[in-house]
Amino acid sequence: MPIDMELEAVLRPTQYPMPPYPPKVITLANGKKMVVRQAEREDVPEILKSVHPCLFIERDYYDIVSARLYGELLAWYRYRVKSEYCLMGQVDGYLVGVVNGRLENEKVGMSYHTLAIDRGLRIGSHLFAAKMEYHMEYLNQDSVLIVAESPIGFRRWMIEYPLEKTDIPHELGGGESYRLTRDIYFKARPRLVVGERPVPADLWEEANRHILFADDDTIRERIAGLKGR
Amino acid sequence: MRDVAIIGAGMIPFGRRDEDTLMDMLAYASLKALDDAGLGDQSVDAVYVGNMGAGMFQHQSAIASSLVDRLSLLPAAADTVENGPASGGSAVKNGLLAIASGYYDTVLVVGGEKMREVTGWRATDVVATMTHPQAEYPYGITLPGMAGMFTRLYMEKYGVTREMLVAVALKNQEMGTHNPFAHVEMALSKDGIMDNSAAVVNNPVIADPLHLYDACPVSDGAAAIVITALDRVKKSAKPPVLIAGFGQATDTHTLQERDDPTDLKAVTLAAQKALEMAKLKPGDIHLAELHDAFTILEIAESEHVGFFKKGEGGKAALAGKTRLGGQIPINLSGGLKARGHPVGATGVAQVVDIVFQLRHELPKERQVKNAQTGLTVNFGGFGNNVTAFVLRRVEQ
Repeated sequence: MPIDMELEAVLRPTQYPMPPYPPKVITLANGKKMVVRQAEREDVPEILKSVHPCLFIERDYYDIVSARLYGELLAWYRYRVKSEYCLMGQVDGYLVGVVNGRLENEKVGMSYHTLAIDRGLRIGSHLFAAKMEYHMEYLNQDSVLIVAESPIGFRRWMIEYPLEKTDIPHELGGGESYRLTRDIYFKARPRLVVGERPVPADLWEEANRHILFADDDTIRERIAGLKGR
Repeated sequence: MRDVAIIGAGMIPFGRRDEDTLMDMLAYASLKALDDAGLGDQSVDAVYVGNMGAGMFQHQSAIASSLVDRLSLLPAAADTVENGPASGGSAVKNGLLAIASGYYDTVLVVGGEKMREVTGWRATDVVATMTHPQAEYPYGITLPGMAGMFTRLYMEKYGVTREMLVAVALKNQEMGTHNPFAHVEMALSKDGIMDNSAAVVNNPVIADPLHLYDACPVSDGAAAIVITALDRVKKSAKPPVLIAGFGQATDTHTLQERDDPTDLKAVTLAAQKALEMAKLKPGDIHLAELHDAFTILEIAESEHVGFFKKGEGGKAALAGKTRLGGQIPINLSGGLKARGHPVGATGVAQVVDIVFQLRHELPKERQVKNAQTGLTVNFGGFGNNVTAFVLRRVEQ
């Protein structure tokens, strides 16, 4: 597709400076090590391969979350969203979860979506916590706006942290908006934010060598629990 | 009294079965058991359905009447049996008594529950309706809450440690990975749920001192057996399994009224009755399916049925004595912890699992070599209504 760079300069939003998220490793309940690291813009086409099969899973609103995440990542890839970032979890090189968000301004963050591709291991909880960690500890923001689309999200974020309601609307629309403040974050941190740094060299090398993707059927089984029996 | 044999057994994979109604699940499990029994033109005289919560979960009552019609078993007698989480065990008991008395010749017993139709907290509330309506429920007690208090007392009195509870969780979830019917087919690591700093998220406290992986999941599922008089059993490739012993006992509704809340008297009495009827001792049992809705219950029940002395069950679990190849293998199905706990199904599912074991049908990862006898304990309320069965393989 031809791109008019003069017009692009108008259409592409300016970006706030964003320091990188330092990678960490989290031990999961099954003993596997999940590397959490920041995705590069160039990783997006590969990440979308794992998001795509989730578009067709109604269970727990995976279809809605995946469709929106797909669009958000695509918009980031093609420079149509301001100050977006994406963190991902990898186990043995395989992509097991994706979270994203962006900066509304330098002090207020906008949480977008959390997609756990492997379930039953609290990967969503870990990655959401990593996202909040990024906003509070590395982007040094005052608050993050959050809205839940699924009952699981509501339970994990609004109740577990617990978040506070706010009148400030979230750009995803939906139900009531909530926000994480620095005070709430640092109270919740000891029980919700975990991980070790630095990532051991072998795990880091494996995660960076390539992003591996399970096949569509495996992803559907992991999420929907469709055992094929 | 006639001897009663199990000639057919079947179950469906437990888990979250959004695509099936409760009646679908009951029907699928029933058809598997009926097919397994190979009844031919032999009719079913009666159907007993163990179910605790269809009225609350599905707003549906008289499910036995519905099932018997769905299965085209009319005009067989049909009854729903509700006894909390021991509904399945009580349904098996009703079938047993009906055959033993000579009133019926062939009975289908089914247990099933569809709990994932509601959110986890609503399911927890439905299960909590079995607590005392004036002395317990209004104060917010739940079964996890009761189990937490019970665990704390057991730890203080008998020295049960967190490592012992974790040993039960690790064993049962590992066994679940070998059971295609299990709700949870995921092995855990001690590092991931206890030792590592990430365990605070992976395995959070749900009812102190119990953590997430000390509790069974909320499940959908169904299981069924077909029983008949032993003297009517035709020779077949699948050996019949004799219901050699049965016991049931009750205890006070509230925990606070018990002389010693750590003493599960109804478990002891039910198991004793079942073993006496079978003319066996605990040491004669080759494997057991115990009601591990919480890891502490597997430990406590293993002591109360007589496998271990009081205070030794946790140590035995930690030492591997309850694993496959150990002194007394317990919950090789994964137990409620991994197979899942659709409350009305559990008592029947335990029997089905023992039947598979005694027919020597399971893969080597789960099969007790040359298993001849098995024990089940189905724990209703918080130990206030308990059923136990001793099953024995019959050589033809």
